[in-house]
Amino acid sequence: MAENHIKTKRKVFIGIMNTLMILSALFTCALVLFLAGYVLIQGLPNITWELLSTSPSYLSGRIGILPDILNTVYLILASLVIVIPLGAGAAVYLTEYAQNKRLVSAIEYAAETLSGIPSIIYGLVGMLFFCQFLNLQTSLLAGALTLVIMNLPTILRTTQESLKTVPQSYREGAFGLGAGKWRVIRTVVLPGCIDGIVTGCILSIGRILGESAALLFTAGFAHAMNGFWDGLGSAGASLTVALYVYAKEQGEFGTAFAIAAILMILTLFLNLLAAFVGRLFQKRRSL
Amino acid sequence: MKHKKQFFETFVHGIFLLLGLVTVGCVLLITLYLIFAGIPAIREIGLFSFLLGDTWASTAQQPSFGILPFILTSVYGTAGAILLGVPIGFLSAVYLAKLAPGPVKKAVSAAVSLLAGIPSVVYGLVGMMVLVPAIRRVFRLPDGASLLAAIVVLGIMILPSIISVSITALEAVPKEYEDASLALGATPTETYFRVSVPAAKSGIAAAVVLGVGRAIGEAMAVMMVSGNAPNMPSLFQSVRFLTTAVASEMSYSSGLQQQALFSIALVLFLFITLINAVLNFFLKHSREE
Repeated sequence: MAENHIKTKRKVFIGIMNTLMILSALFTCALVLFLAGYVLIQGLPNITWELLSTSPSYLSGRIGILPDILNTVYLILASLVIVIPLGAGAAVYLTEYAQNKRLVSAIEYAAETLSGIPSIIYGLVGMLFFCQFLNLQTSLLAGALTLVIMNLPTILRTTQESLKTVPQSYREGAFGLGAGKWRVIRTVVLPGCIDGIVTGCILSIGRILGESAALLFTAGFAHAMNGFWDGLGSAGASLTVALYVYAKEQGEFGTAFAIAAILMILTLFLNLLAAFVGRLFQKRRSL
Repeated sequence: MKHKKQFFETFVHGIFLLLGLVTVGCVLLITLYLIFAGIPAIREIGLFSFLLGDTWASTAQQPSFGILPFILTSVYGTAGAILLGVPIGFLSAVYLAKLAPGPVKKAVSAAVSLLAGIPSVVYGLVGMMVLVPAIRRVFRLPDGASLLAAIVVLGIMILPSIISVSITALEAVPKEYEDASLALGATPTETYFRVSVPAAKSGIAAAVVLGVGRAIGEAMAVMMVSGNAPNMPSLFQSVRFLTTAVASEMSYSSGLQQQALFSIALVLFLFITLINAVLNFFLKHSREE
């Protein structure tokens, strides 16, 4: 009723702003639908069992992405195994041990800095440090270690968030029963950070799955089929790097779109998983 | 017995301290490595002819290492992406944070987080196959791989960061402010733009700065759509960014050429450090508000 009496100038402002807002939101949605739809329509027809289950062969002109899939899995496993203790340990130190405010802010500032560094710089420093200085050569292990540094802030932050929700009274109760610091951490604090670690893992898997610039010079772009331990020691392309090579250097757009569709589906799945897990943990906490 | 226990506790404390320091160690490692790897080439080429030289011909007989084209391309590309992405992202964020009904908000937020999760090579691929040919046709160019294509791709890629950080800032605005404005007779839309947005300005500024950081650091998507020729930036020409300059020559470079690439990475790192400092400033302000 009030809106009938307001001046035209205000009405115009309100009208323009409402239209612009809705158009922007619509544009964002349309963009997502277009991207997902386009990639799936172009990619899904190219996904064949042969593509998924073989390694490429120049002799028969066959293209297969099984080695790339395996390499991606190896990279995810190896980096998570290393980054979880590092990140969760740092979070435990920050919330349970640290007394020195300066040190705490130094560690938190370092984590923020790490999350702002572009992946191409990680790739470069990873190449210099892991491949050359530590003499790991271009290998999945060097790639995984580079990814460890990249994902450290993620695991640190999510674990820290979940540790903050462990009620102080639990710790005090355990101390009151005569438990030492380590026992309190082992029995009260660490079980409380499982939520954060799981969330952090999902986020990290998403990031590793999508990472390419950091892996190009650390993990290389070979397509050889290897077991886990052999794979770590030898060069190998992840799915994203394979996509890049097939699209930019070999002009195999069908294969590139097939990989893009796989990545898109996995990203969608991880997003749904993250939302589901988030709701689950929230429910459990409110019980 | 007691001593043994105390020793054990100190030992565990020490281990956790070490784990905490790993993060700081990583930052130091990256900074020191970039400085030590980046300085020699700058010293050899000369700071001014490196930063302000306008020709990059690293493999020529008489090599020339001027990175001004890369710096300007990165700056223009980022500015373009911000011009494109910020208005759309900001307006979407206001809509989602304040106006959108529950289910719509849920659906669009899910879409935005999917956008954030799409790997950059997928953006690059779609850009290569859809955007580049479209630009070639619309503007009648011999090749569509250009600064414009990179700007559009970057503008889209920074949308999710801008939207999600802005939403957080807008949702933190105290409800009393908005209620007061509504009670004084302002309509909801007026309230959101004249009260909520100014109250959340630090957080929104942080969102923009985060977008700048994302755009200037992106490598792979840009490499696939920008053509990669070391030209001075021009909207319809093939260009090379700081990030893609490092990425495109790394695999076959050696000697001074490789050292110059490290110096480019150092320049990029300095840009990022500056952006992070600005970002922290705004985030701190927004928390205090």
